[in-house]
Amino acid sequence: MSTTGGMFAVLKEKVGQVLVPGDEFCFGAEETISLSESAKPERAVCGPGLRRSGDRLVVMKSGVLRHKPPLTFWIDSQQKRYVATKGETVIGIVTARAGDTFRVDFGGSELASLSYLAFEGATKRNRPNVQVGDLVFAQFLIANKDMEPELVCIDGSGRANGMGAFGAGGLLIKVSLGLVRRLLAPNSDIRLDLEQLFPCELVVGMNGRVWVRASSVQQTLIVANLLQSCDTMTTQQRQQLFRRVQQGAL
Amino acid sequence: MKETPLSACERDFILKAIEEKKRLDGRQTYDYRKIKISFGTDYGCCFVDLGQTRVMAQVSCELVAPKESRPNEGIMFFNIELSPLASPAFEQGRQSELSVKLNRQLERCLRNSKCIDTESLCVVSGEKVWQIRVDVHMLNNDGNLMDASSIAAIAALCHFRRPDVAVQGEEVTVYSPEERDPIPLSIYHMPISVSFSFFQQGTYLLVDPCEREERVMDGLLMIAMNKHREICSIQSSGGIMLLKEQVMRCSKIASVKVSEITELISKALMNDKTARKAGGRCGFAESMPQERITALKVDETPVETADVTEKASGIIKEAEAPPPTAPSPVVPVPGVGQVGLGLQNTWGVEEEEELEEFSSGDDVEEVTKMEEDERKNTKDDVVEILDSEEEEVVILHPEKPQKAENVKSSFHQKGAPSSKKKTKQKP
Repeated sequence: MSTTGGMFAVLKEKVGQVLVPGDEFCFGAEETISLSESAKPERAVCGPGLRRSGDRLVVMKSGVLRHKPPLTFWIDSQQKRYVATKGETVIGIVTARAGDTFRVDFGGSELASLSYLAFEGATKRNRPNVQVGDLVFAQFLIANKDMEPELVCIDGSGRANGMGAFGAGGLLIKVSLGLVRRLLAPNSDIRLDLEQLFPCELVVGMNGRVWVRASSVQQTLIVANLLQSCDTMTTQQRQQLFRRVQQGAL
Repeated sequence: MKETPLSACERDFILKAIEEKKRLDGRQTYDYRKIKISFGTDYGCCFVDLGQTRVMAQVSCELVAPKESRPNEGIMFFNIELSPLASPAFEQGRQSELSVKLNRQLERCLRNSKCIDTESLCVVSGEKVWQIRVDVHMLNNDGNLMDASSIAAIAALCHFRRPDVAVQGEEVTVYSPEERDPIPLSIYHMPISVSFSFFQQGTYLLVDPCEREERVMDGLLMIAMNKHREICSIQSSGGIMLLKEQVMRCSKIASVKVSEITELISKALMNDKTARKAGGRCGFAESMPQERITALKVDETPVETADVTEKASGIIKEAEAPPPTAPSPVVPVPGVGQVGLGLQNTWGVEEEEELEEFSSGDDVEEVTKMEEDERKNTKDDVVEILDSEEEEVVILHPEKPQKAENVKSSFHQKGAPSSKKKTKQKP
């Protein structure tokens, strides 16, 4: 949406502050249009948590306002319940077979369907080796509130690209969506700290599910418990905790 | 909502971890999770936290006719509610298998063990006895609901106080808590249940399983004991074959755990008693820690106080007069009940009728005069509130002049020389 330089400046000022639903950024009539600035309107891109309503920008979720230059603004909020969104990769649990599809539970309000043919190298004769109870890492092809969600384990060009069935030997835990986003961010602090501890394999689904495997059961349990507890910690507390674990105290 | 299914890899991992004697949250094989017992402001309300499992028990009592077969014993009634609040696996309304099982276990544990002296609950033999009702609500299910329920139920029964009763010949008087202190129930012993879960056909055992361990287990053994090492109830479910030595070992572990838990309950009851005696704030709200992840802090906004008095008096002058209120509290006559008046009628219909009766000019003066008269009276004056608008009611009081507290309801006034009011006659 396009705004004048005035609203953009107000938004930039509020970056890093906590906002609650109902907060508005509006272009008030009394704001003077500076004659010295260029008259070209700047477009601000609304991310999750912000919505345009008329000529105003309304906050829909409570959280911290973040900004990515040049134009993107969004609200960084915390929640545990996942809502299916197209294009996101999630960890699902296969619950049943129904004809030519699998019924997969991803933590949403209904089960998603995953077709047999949506795996790399799968044909009508060559069925994928997926049983009920397996974990699958897939992405959403269809995800809206009117239709049943659909998952696929291949990308646009037909390659698996890391997706598919997996899971032997690891532990699945449930964390909040904020932690998952922090783990998946580029140059994530938490990932760097984890790397210092011990080598482990992580599969992170955007529906709040994380699968962990380390070289021994004890280490897997340690990593799993660490991830679940560092959800609500500040950076210092987390680094302190990781340091204690590294020294072998826990 | 459907419950999340357990994936194959989780099940394999948990079983593998148990074989290596490791539990998901780092406990030892015989360790209980952290138990926290807190009481509410009412007597008989108890909250128990067993790790993340949360349970509430409430005890209440009622005078009823006794059973035909036992005319001089009181009645105990137990009820466990599983609501979807605790877990998406519980459905509202339907009595699931688990609910029936938990109810039966709690009844056997508490009623059949005769932990409460039911004969002391008898008031008039054959006619009136106390019925003690224990309601247990699950607030969060993270495994081992049975243990948490039994702790909550027995702690609530120990905490409960029933109204005092005096029987004089044919007359039975039940005293309210304000008249006489309520008295506790007479409890002989405290049965507590301890749950053991078995894995791999009875090879491995864990005490106090959490929710994921419960989903993976083969069978469950529940032993209810008291601290005097008397077994009150044993129940084995899941159809596993247990050896005699295993059951003996479990009962030894159970006696240790039960004495620890009984100690905890007594300490919690003692703390609650001292808190109530000291007059301090007690109850559920006080026992919850303040968990704040954000505290909204707003800078002080400067306020101009230069001409506050003029502004304030100006506002007051223009504002409407406040509705007349009684400066003294209302004491209904003993024997007269007062149903709450509630909010005033804002339709404007009845008010107009009322205003028609009164002469408009005298309204304000009368109100002020009444208020002045009321202020002269002491607080011990009896104020009558009459809701009946149908008849003219005459109340004879020997000396004191009678004032009504609300202009809008009908009243009969004596002794005010300046004006007389008519009682309203509604057509």
